[in-house]
Amino acid sequence: MTTTRRTLLGGTAGVLALPGLLRAQESPGVTASEIRIGTTYALSGPASAYSLIPKCLTAMFKRLNEQGGINGRQVNFLVYDDAYSPPKTLEQTRRLVEQDKVAFLFNNLGTPTNSAIHRYVNQRKIPHLFLATGADKWADPKGYPWTIGWQPSYRTEAQIYAKHILEQKPNARIGLLHQNDDFGKDYVNGVKDVLGARFDAMVRTASHEATDATIDSQVVSLQAAGCDALVCGIIPRFASQAIRRVFDLGWKPLMFMSNVSVSGAVVIEPAGKEKAIGLITSDYRKDQSDPSWADDPGMKEWRDFMARYIPDGELGDNNYTYAYGVGLTLLQVLRQCGNNLSRENVLKQATSLKPLELPTLLPGVTVGTSPDNYHPIRHMQLQRWDGRGWVRFGKVIEGAQV
Amino acid sequence: MSASKGLPADIAIPESTARVGTPAWQRAVWVVLGIAVAAAPIFVLESFHLFQLTMAVIMALAVLGLNIVTGYNGQISLGHGAFFAVGAYCTAIFMSHYDWSFWATLPISAAVCAALGFAIGFPALRLAGHYLALTTFSLAVAVPQILKHKSIEDWTGGVQGLFLVKPDAPAGLPLSADQWMYVVTVIVAGACFLLVSNLIRSRIGRALMATRDHPTAAEAMGMDIGSLKTRAFAVSAMITGIAGSLSAVAIEFVAPDSFSFGVSISLFVGMVVGGVASVLGSLFGGLFVLFVPNIAEAISKAAPGVIYGVILIAFLFLLPDGFAGLLRRVAARLRR
Repeated sequence: MTTTRRTLLGGTAGVLALPGLLRAQESPGVTASEIRIGTTYALSGPASAYSLIPKCLTAMFKRLNEQGGINGRQVNFLVYDDAYSPPKTLEQTRRLVEQDKVAFLFNNLGTPTNSAIHRYVNQRKIPHLFLATGADKWADPKGYPWTIGWQPSYRTEAQIYAKHILEQKPNARIGLLHQNDDFGKDYVNGVKDVLGARFDAMVRTASHEATDATIDSQVVSLQAAGCDALVCGIIPRFASQAIRRVFDLGWKPLMFMSNVSVSGAVVIEPAGKEKAIGLITSDYRKDQSDPSWADDPGMKEWRDFMARYIPDGELGDNNYTYAYGVGLTLLQVLRQCGNNLSRENVLKQATSLKPLELPTLLPGVTVGTSPDNYHPIRHMQLQRWDGRGWVRFGKVIEGAQV
Repeated sequence: MSASKGLPADIAIPESTARVGTPAWQRAVWVVLGIAVAAAPIFVLESFHLFQLTMAVIMALAVLGLNIVTGYNGQISLGHGAFFAVGAYCTAIFMSHYDWSFWATLPISAAVCAALGFAIGFPALRLAGHYLALTTFSLAVAVPQILKHKSIEDWTGGVQGLFLVKPDAPAGLPLSADQWMYVVTVIVAGACFLLVSNLIRSRIGRALMATRDHPTAAEAMGMDIGSLKTRAFAVSAMITGIAGSLSAVAIEFVAPDSFSFGVSISLFVGMVVGGVASVLGSLFGGLFVLFVPNIAEAISKAAPGVIYGVILIAFLFLLPDGFAGLLRRVAARLRR
């Protein structure tokens, strides 16, 4: 048998084309003209206020598709309702993966809900990207490499407070008031990350239950222990109490409050605007009500987008600035993927983001990942309550390297 | 049970005419047909739909439990989600902390739920109608918070819940984990349905219904109403608890947020839509509560709750006595 030049060339071309063809067939949720992405959100039930986030994301993908999509592919974004119920999340996730055959999952809402699918998606090796929850457990590249969060975790936040304390008062005696659950314990871990071996000597902790009526005795005990800095990992109801109690005791510690508990209307006003003066918290987003961003190009981009795609949206709702940031992060990942939208490559690109500035995030806060850094946002800026509003101060601070 | 002592056997309630004269071979045909229908999905459906069907059967079993106490015995319970949760947690705790097999945890969760149901049955004796509904509802609201409580956190895993693993198919059976889970669910649920339908057709079943329809007359006939009611609660809680156990392994995760009071309401909806006081109706009820929310969501993403409500009202309007009532009417027309 003789090998002709033509068969040789044809055969070689075939062999060379094979990986490309195989790849096209092997990537679930990806065709020549479409990429399918899924998420689960509480569209009904008590947590349905967050449904503004997928609404904004859907509008962003609409804008992308109108501009020609990504690499010629239209994005088909599927949002299913889980009513914030973990069994429903698993059911809807399986529907997305097994029936709709999505390429990957993006920005699923909630800690208990994502816990229910954590193992499922990792067993199946489905990228589970940029979740809408602040728990630290999503950053586990070894145990659960397919899952990654987005916003700074509570642990990162506590690291930042601890760093600031060390800078201001290197010999501070730190009181750590926290709720006795995973949310509160993230704050303990964060402070421990920064202080290391000095933790036991410098820190006095006091915990409370979410079901407790008051936290007065914890506050008093921390004052009695001689603390001159106070870090609070507590929810809004207790935040008001803590602010008032600290003021009434005449105690003037350097006081930090979890950034879930800093709403003016819900926390500060019930405690008393004057009593909260000096309180410190942190943020990574631009506050759209802050006049200093009125002419900011990033916020202008966001406002233009809102005016065009969500004209009836409430501009004061910071779910929209959150969604805009996380949506742009995903678009960057898709752009980096190029033509290879296999699940392996999506994960690889999502975990190798070069520091990226986003229009709705504070200057200096960047989104960046690496195969062993699953904390995309690690920077925050401190802000202080001046009696009327939150005023940013100092530089953007980075969380500790753990 | 000594419930209908003093009721001479020869003047028992008239036998229902339908069952008289059903020949054995016909019954056998129905059984074979039922098994075939139950087994078909294993070969026909892909894993996601099989999972959904498994969940629907589990809900059906939970609805069946509720039907015993509310449908047959007339004690309104809006708190069966609590028994569902306790059953799920029993299985989860023994499987994840002590590495027990699923089958071993089943009798434990059944026993715990039965005991709990029995205990709840006592205050229920003094409460009737709306008051009982509210009392049981408060149970459903309380249980998720109790599960989070610090004192039992080491067992329940607190807010984070517990993870467990589905049982694998026994070696030699060429079934995937999802297929095996479906088989397990159908076997357990099938056994419960069979037992309940026998119970309902027995002396005790008639006593339960008599207590519901006319307690004074029932008592005059010598039935011990107190014992009947508490035991009905126990059996009912046990079956709903078994359904909870199955759901824990099917989902492989339990957390307090999985058992909000919405579960209790879903079960109640399933019972009413399927047919109050109907064994077969419970099956339809389970299918309804699992699949209709998805249909509602497919119609409108903006307000799935509204669509669900509309569908529910339409069902109640068109089928006032549930699927079971529809079947009864069709059967009655055919017989004529």
